[in-house]
Amino acid sequence: MLKNRIIPCLDVKNGRVVKGINFVDLQDAGDPVEQAKIYSDGGADEICFLDITASNENRDTIYDVVEKTSKKCFVPLTVGGGIRNVEDINKLLNCGADKVSINTAAVQNPEVVIESSKKFGSQCIVVAIDAKKNGDKWEIFTHGGRNNTGIDSIEFAKKMEDSGAGELLVTSMDRDGTQVGYDIALMSKISSKVNIPVIASGGVGNLDHLVDGIKLGNASAVLAASIFHYGKHSIKEAKEYLDLKGIPVRI
Amino acid sequence: MNVTIVDYNSGNISSVINSFKEAAKDKVNIDVTPDLNKIKSSDKVVLPGQGSFKSCIDAINKINGLVETLNEFAINNKKPLLGICVGLQMFADVGFEETETKGLGWISGKVSKIDNQNGKYKLPHIGWNEINIIKDSKIFKGIEKNSHMYFVHSYEFIPEDKSVISATTDYSSNIVCSVEKDNIFGTQFHPEKSDKIGLKIIDNFINL
Repeated sequence: MLKNRIIPCLDVKNGRVVKGINFVDLQDAGDPVEQAKIYSDGGADEICFLDITASNENRDTIYDVVEKTSKKCFVPLTVGGGIRNVEDINKLLNCGADKVSINTAAVQNPEVVIESSKKFGSQCIVVAIDAKKNGDKWEIFTHGGRNNTGIDSIEFAKKMEDSGAGELLVTSMDRDGTQVGYDIALMSKISSKVNIPVIASGGVGNLDHLVDGIKLGNASAVLAASIFHYGKHSIKEAKEYLDLKGIPVRI
Repeated sequence: MNVTIVDYNSGNISSVINSFKEAAKDKVNIDVTPDLNKIKSSDKVVLPGQGSFKSCIDAINKINGLVETLNEFAINNKKPLLGICVGLQMFADVGFEETETKGLGWISGKVSKIDNQNGKYKLPHIGWNEINIIKDSKIFKGIEKNSHMYFVHSYEFIPEDKSVISATTDYSSNIVCSVEKDNIFGTQFHPEKSDKIGLKIIDNFINL
């Protein structure tokens, strides 16, 4: 039986790990390579790096981080943030990333998703959808949550599946950093509309939220940052809790 | 000893390279090259593969003499070869991803899309799944039954001769996830991404 995945996410800025509350108020919290190694040794099913300020700053530091991490961690490594084109993807994959997560570029130029999934295979193309509730729909935000595009996230999700995305990483901008739980309605709505796996993200504050993301949100994988990062819970604890709740996990 | 990872522009192989270097621990030389002479002179060959069946076959065919060299290595000289993911799928006679494409024809069978049972199963099959070892394979030495391996694929290899199957995994049906036929080994899952247990499989192959 296929297991639900737990993915710790490390926000990286200038080669260092940070985790913001709603993407501001950054706190330095360690070396990404060491952190990733701790997570993979602890049973993380994948590791995710998000280069959070990559759209604006020199991002060469992330290549070095990816290269070092991929020589130490032998579980899948996903890298996102600031990816503009096929060349950026190629560079990250060559450094040792297994998947890339594309956000702003996928919205501005969906051709990037079509072209890269053809060139590298759908298996390494994750489209990151940052969505915020507005009335009865969820709208897509880009540039690390700064720009509202007004695009309906459910329609966009379907379009990305058709364009060749292998997975969708869905983040609720309303919930990110709040620790009140995933936006379950958003997750389940997108998951029911597409036939590719959905990774739930944004808002995890306790282990029950992970359970809800899978059971109620129908996510294939759950991504979280701060609950793991500040030592509130270990990956092992999270897996044992999910197991206790009847969710299939790799232990 | 020399192990050659065939670099034929099949997509991202850096994880394969990293994992083999980790398992080899400098005791075994790991080459990464499309060079035909290097392949011929190596003790073992790894055939990775990402992307579609067609794109991998096209990439192999683009390198003049590569198919013949691989045939000579694996079929005539019967030296150990490990195919990973699409690398395994290419052992088949034919694949149906994108369009009908002729495979290497080393193990009779076809590569078809996994039946998602009208959307009940999401594709790609991504993540960790247990393998059901049904045949003693040399690369499974020290690997426990029902170990978890990392998968990412939408197509499955269906061999005609079921005796080549060394492990299956349960996703929609019993998907063939490992084969062994004489000196030819293949895994549908990614040992290079399957943590310590995956490294053990790589180590087993290196030490055959």
